Amino acid sequence: MNEVQLFSTCLAEEFFPEVNDAVATVLERLRVKVIPVRRAFCCGQVAFNEGLREEAVALARRFLKSVEPSKPIVVPSGSCTSMLKIFYSDLLVNEPALAEKAAAIRPWIFEFSQFLVNVLKVKYVGARYERAVAYHPSCHLMRELGVRNEPMTLLSAVSGIKLCELRDREECCGFGGMFSVKFAHISAAMLEDKMARIKESGAEVVVANDCGCLMQIGGGLSRAGAEIETRHLAEVLAAR
Amino acid sequence: MAASAKGDFFDSSRAAVQDHELQRKLESASTRHLDHFAIVKEEFPSYEDEKTAAHRIKTDAIAHLDELLIQLTDKLQDSGCKVFFAEDAAEARKYIVDLVKSKGAQHVVKGKSMTTEEIELNPALAAAGIDPVETDLGEYIVQLRGEGPSHIITPAIHLSKEDIGQLFTDKFGTEYTAEPEKLTAEARERLRAIFLAADFGITGVNFAIAETGTLVVVENEGNGRLSSSMPETFVAVMGIEKVIPRLEDLSHFLEILARTATGQKLTTYTSFITGPRREGELDGPAEMHVVILDNGRSAMLADPVLREALNCIRCGACLNVCPIYRRIGGHAYKSVYPGPIGSIVSPNLFGSAAGYLPFASTLCGACKDICPVKIDIPRILLHLRWKETEGEHPLKWPAALERARSGARRFAGIARHPRTARLLGKIAAQMLKPFAHNGYLRWMPPPFGNWTKYRNFPRPHPQKRRPAPAENQAP
Repeated sequence: MNEVQLFSTCLAEEFFPEVNDAVATVLERLRVKVIPVRRAFCCGQVAFNEGLREEAVALARRFLKSVEPSKPIVVPSGSCTSMLKIFYSDLLVNEPALAEKAAAIRPWIFEFSQFLVNVLKVKYVGARYERAVAYHPSCHLMRELGVRNEPMTLLSAVSGIKLCELRDREECCGFGGMFSVKFAHISAAMLEDKMARIKESGAEVVVANDCGCLMQIGGGLSRAGAEIETRHLAEVLAAR
Repeated sequence: MAASAKGDFFDSSRAAVQDHELQRKLESASTRHLDHFAIVKEEFPSYEDEKTAAHRIKTDAIAHLDELLIQLTDKLQDSGCKVFFAEDAAEARKYIVDLVKSKGAQHVVKGKSMTTEEIELNPALAAAGIDPVETDLGEYIVQLRGEGPSHIITPAIHLSKEDIGQLFTDKFGTEYTAEPEKLTAEARERLRAIFLAADFGITGVNFAIAETGTLVVVENEGNGRLSSSMPETFVAVMGIEKVIPRLEDLSHFLEILARTATGQKLTTYTSFITGPRREGELDGPAEMHVVILDNGRSAMLADPVLREALNCIRCGACLNVCPIYRRIGGHAYKSVYPGPIGSIVSPNLFGSAAGYLPFASTLCGACKDICPVKIDIPRILLHLRWKETEGEHPLKWPAALERARSGARRFAGIARHPRTARLLGKIAAQMLKPFAHNGYLRWMPPPFGNWTKYRNFPRPHPQKRRPAPAENQAP
């Protein structure tokens, strides 16, 4: 496995470019060549989750045209990965040609931590990160992709890290894409509880594998004036 | 009284998220159920196998619903029941109200039944001058308060023992106490007298066995057993999806239902009702009616994705795990069926007033994980979102939210052209740069205004910064 395609996702490109840098850095250190997917920008999840099927199909078409078959596609987001890997089959139910293409690349799509642990079979990536970290598991990562242990496996192997227990960690942070805007009051109530748990964990840094969660939790902590920072898993693994 | 689906979900949920007392009550009750569930699941290694079996049987039964309902009807009639198929809530209501009137019944008792909530039976009976008494303790409590249930399994989950103590003092003039034993004893004494006088009983049905014509009612307090066996006339109300083929199938459901619902191994009462009192028998009703309700269910059956929602055995576990239900409680949904399962069935049973509910989810999937009959609730929510968007009468969103939706549509249009999207991203980043502090913006224009009402928005900064800066020591 010496070459992968890196699909940055729209959120990471626009708001968290350092995440893509970190993903590339980690993979390159493991002697994997990283080819960015430049011809696609968004997997279509936002439109799909909003019920805008036509718009989402157009984005799926674009994505499927932009990636090479039979070469791993690494995605630094649990929810975008599940969109590509799982929900495309529902989205493309009336588009047999696209559905076939989506099915063909399905086994080649991996969320970042999934790729490291299950494909490259690595745990230790040579990272050193001397901070107190709480890990927040993203919902789609856990429940759609079944990626439950991989991120902790990687984090536990980081030198100097102090892992903090996050109570109720499997509870959603309240992001949910457009939900966070349309039902902002409920989203904020969920976020408030998540932040309370983060604060009591004693962590200096919250780590997640999804830019949506990072946006929500980071935005909440920033508004609350908390000193706690948010990082993508890849950023921790890229640190030395 | 419980409204099937009306009122404004936005207003009610906005008020509910402020109610920290409500959240505390929901948290404590649902955590208790979930903790018990974790224990009984651990003790029962074949739980996953039972889930698989239950899912398979239900899916199969739903696929052969027409045949099973015919078989069930035949068997029910053979054992002396009168069977009435109600196409909608109004038909079911009318049948029952007419029956109560024709019997001249004075004292109607009800066992716990969500289906009778769905058809708004109590207000219909009240309008006919009959005051039915809810005999499930939780239902009794919410009825005294003039409310509907706020949870499928634990109707009074939104109330504390202090609330109930106060309610009893107000209603009965008894001395205030918040001791559950005393409150239960008080209710029990009152309900016992009501049962003894009852001449008409109504309950729901958990499972209807086609092979034998047996109705199975599962409960903890004996209210279902007494409501179905003491009065001279008994009416069971069930949705068409309650039918299962064989008696032997039942064990799989009994193994999972109580475990997921309340963390019990088995409920205290499991009643098997096969027809009215037979000659020589001492108890049971003289006359038994079974109302089998469609009310939108066959339309769900016709939709290959939605059909799965008919697998539901109403255990309520999805409510207990739902981070949204736990923040807003059942009443805020403005629908008889709240929580994740409510959000997928309500729009089909109650129409467009409940159309917002499928959107009011982060799709976190906790419901799907716990569902004992493996309903993929997030997938169905997504399906309903399309149906709603592409339907003939799309929802009317509040103006700000309509803007957010068209924002998403515009974004999707731009994202089809990655170069343009990236260029616009850079322009936006430049424009917003002066307003950012420590990487965040405190205010954003619509459609993100709702976002910055509650939290900061990350500063867009799409430029490449490789090599990745290694940050190590705490700042």
